[in-house]
Amino acid sequence: MNANLMSRNDLVLLLGFSLVVLTMPIWLAPLGAGYPDLLQRFMIYGIFAVGFNILFGLTGYLSFGHAAFFGVGSYTAVWSLKLLTLDAIPAMVLAVIISGIFALIIGFLCLRRSGIYFSILTLAFAQMSYNLAYSVLTPITNGETGLQLTLSDPRVIDAAVGHSFVGQPIPTLFGTPIGGYAGFYFCAAFLIIAFFVAQRIAGSPFGMMLKAIKSNQTRMQFTGFNTRPYALSAFVISGMYAGLAGALLAVTDPLAGAERMQWTASGEVVLMTILGGVGTLVGPVIGAWIIKYFENILSALNDNILARFFDVLPDGVDSFLVKVIGKFVGDGWHLTLGLVFVIIVIFLPGGIMEGVRRIAAAFRNRGSTPRTSNQTQAAE
Amino acid sequence: MTFLKRGLTRRRVLQTGMAGIIGTGVAPMVFTRGAWAQENFCNNPTGDTVTFGLNLPLTGAYAEEGADEQRAYELAIAHLNGEGDGGLLNVLTPSALKGNGILGKKVGFVSSDSQTKSDVARAGATRMIERDGAIMITGGSSSGEAIAVQGLCQEKGIIFMAGLTHSNDTTGKDKRRYGFRHFFNAYQSGIALGPVLGEQYGSQRRAYHLTADYTWGWTQEESIKAATEALGWETVATVRTPLGSTDYSQYLTPILNSGADVLILNHYGLDMVNSLPQAVQFGLRDREANGKQFQIVTPLISELMAKGAGESVRGIFGTSNWHWNLQDAGSIAFTKSFGAAYGSPPSQAAHTAYVQALLYADAVERAGTFYPPEVIKALEGHEFDGMGNGPTLYRADDHQCMKSVLVVQGNEAPTSEFDVLNVVQEVGRDTTTYDPSIFGGELGPAEPAPLC
Repeated sequence: MNANLMSRNDLVLLLGFSLVVLTMPIWLAPLGAGYPDLLQRFMIYGIFAVGFNILFGLTGYLSFGHAAFFGVGSYTAVWSLKLLTLDAIPAMVLAVIISGIFALIIGFLCLRRSGIYFSILTLAFAQMSYNLAYSVLTPITNGETGLQLTLSDPRVIDAAVGHSFVGQPIPTLFGTPIGGYAGFYFCAAFLIIAFFVAQRIAGSPFGMMLKAIKSNQTRMQFTGFNTRPYALSAFVISGMYAGLAGALLAVTDPLAGAERMQWTASGEVVLMTILGGVGTLVGPVIGAWIIKYFENILSALNDNILARFFDVLPDGVDSFLVKVIGKFVGDGWHLTLGLVFVIIVIFLPGGIMEGVRRIAAAFRNRGSTPRTSNQTQAAE
Repeated sequence: MTFLKRGLTRRRVLQTGMAGIIGTGVAPMVFTRGAWAQENFCNNPTGDTVTFGLNLPLTGAYAEEGADEQRAYELAIAHLNGEGDGGLLNVLTPSALKGNGILGKKVGFVSSDSQTKSDVARAGATRMIERDGAIMITGGSSSGEAIAVQGLCQEKGIIFMAGLTHSNDTTGKDKRRYGFRHFFNAYQSGIALGPVLGEQYGSQRRAYHLTADYTWGWTQEESIKAATEALGWETVATVRTPLGSTDYSQYLTPILNSGADVLILNHYGLDMVNSLPQAVQFGLRDREANGKQFQIVTPLISELMAKGAGESVRGIFGTSNWHWNLQDAGSIAFTKSFGAAYGSPPSQAAHTAYVQALLYADAVERAGTFYPPEVIKALEGHEFDGMGNGPTLYRADDHQCMKSVLVVQGNEAPTSEFDVLNVVQEVGRDTTTYDPSIFGGELGPAEPAPLC
């Protein structure tokens, strides 16, 4: 990578990010999250959040409907695995293309408005897509039950090259099954690529245009720029990121359910971005990791595990602690997530990345007041 | 070192991945899969404990059933480890269970909240397999979940003992070699319920279906429609409602002008606890249509739902897999030990969960190994008795248990809060047995056992 292409800081950030990502199986193991499925999800939702940030963080358009593109990506990927081949590459290429087209249509309609109206429009379209997937298009989506691979799928390309297999069909990459740690590194490579592309976009003249749209769209228009093509491109790019993430989720775990298109899933990616830090590159990824960690680890704790953990404490104290903490784990993990979210938004409006910056600033020159972060708001 | 091995895999995968992205199209695929030695299978328990993975809906529309299943699994595990009164261990025939765990290993469990969602259930099951080393996954109270998790288990080589799942697809179109179901299915409900409906309501009825919009609802609607149309009934309309709806008024209003005189509620769990009282409060049962009294039928019903629906359930017909008030030795033993532990009679969900845990343990004991293909062989075609459903066969063709089915009716004069359903008829196994080929589907192979 030569110096003209990337600044030194960007390169350090990319390399540091790659290192952190690739060593996740080691440093997450003591936290109880070092197993392939969750690691894959960390990567996948990281990509989703990075893509969402291009629209929300850079351009300032708050979309409440990104789960629709995620779902379209998943369904496309599963259908490609069913109809064409078990290989992951065609599935992912198709998923990105189809979700991009879908984003183009929805973006074209929604970007006629900005601010809250834009958010509501995207929410409406996403909810429509969810309902289509849930009940209207059940022959294509299999509704609530979810779309799965079966032995009797046609798989035209596989059949043409005379490839056969035994057992449950599993997506492959040139013959290597994508499961377990192989699946994790596969997703990790995509996260790093996605991160790199987002970095390039943010630093490019195009990214500058997006930032300008965010800071004052009207002024942009008065200076003679037509902002809509730029906003639409950002929307489509971020829709394609979502499609890529959805496809990866379907490739590593070949089931596409309608729930992943629900408005809660759209809200989740907004939470991830805000929690980590809107407009920052790393923030949304960290937000995604934190939410997925909470969802998968806290929700798996139950009273029995807590009781074992607090066994050393005297009687009465331990049962009291189990009772209180039990409300915040297991099926009550949303409560913990809500509390963390409220605390972060109140004390660190710039998300976790603001916390990181404040700590770094405090270390750099002790005693001086920490810098205030860049405020992030939706486009007017 | 395992990590070194993983590192090598990563490198290879990255290299091939890069080559592929640069290269053209689809390379010919070589699928290599060695035969694994019997010691080398997914989550082979090497220590002195063995872990069950309980995948339970603790939130969502079927949360009530999930909580009851959890109680039953905890009880079953206690009994397998030789704690408590032994429950059904004493009445299962034939039985290889010794009450000292499974193959001498103490049974433990991990659990996961599936939120009554297929995606979440699958993620939870993966976590229990990959992180917690579960040897078997069991539970679930929705067919959507069961089918999703069953596919995953086939992929990982982990046996799945389905909990509450009533869709024909679980052991029909979507059946898997690694999935087993003790619970009955919608088709059997149709066989059992049809004649009783004909007897009670005659052959000149017009039925209106409200159906939970997922695999179970679809297949139950299809089965009940077939059974009632065979009686001479006419189906006016079938309307799908999203799983987890709370307000059914928009679906109930059109029934008034549809010319229907029977409402068939293909709902379960909280859905029915909401829809049935709303239909009754709507005045449907006080109406007359086509010169006949309007009736409501709930093809699948459980004590938990009947309790939740309160007075609305009185006199309403449905089917159940099992009822705590049955008077055989197995049912009495189970109701007694469940009641002693939790202070309430078990639901059919609890029963099927408990039985599944025991049947798996028994199969492992008989196979003498945890190696899944051997355990599958031990379960397939296994004939047993004493679990409260009469003589039962785990059919090899589709992994569906063949046993009797209960037709139940809401109790008109309940004596306690648990005495809400009466068993009207026990339809024997000979009647409810059907040809497995009618639903299609393929089990797939057991061997070589996939390595997760």
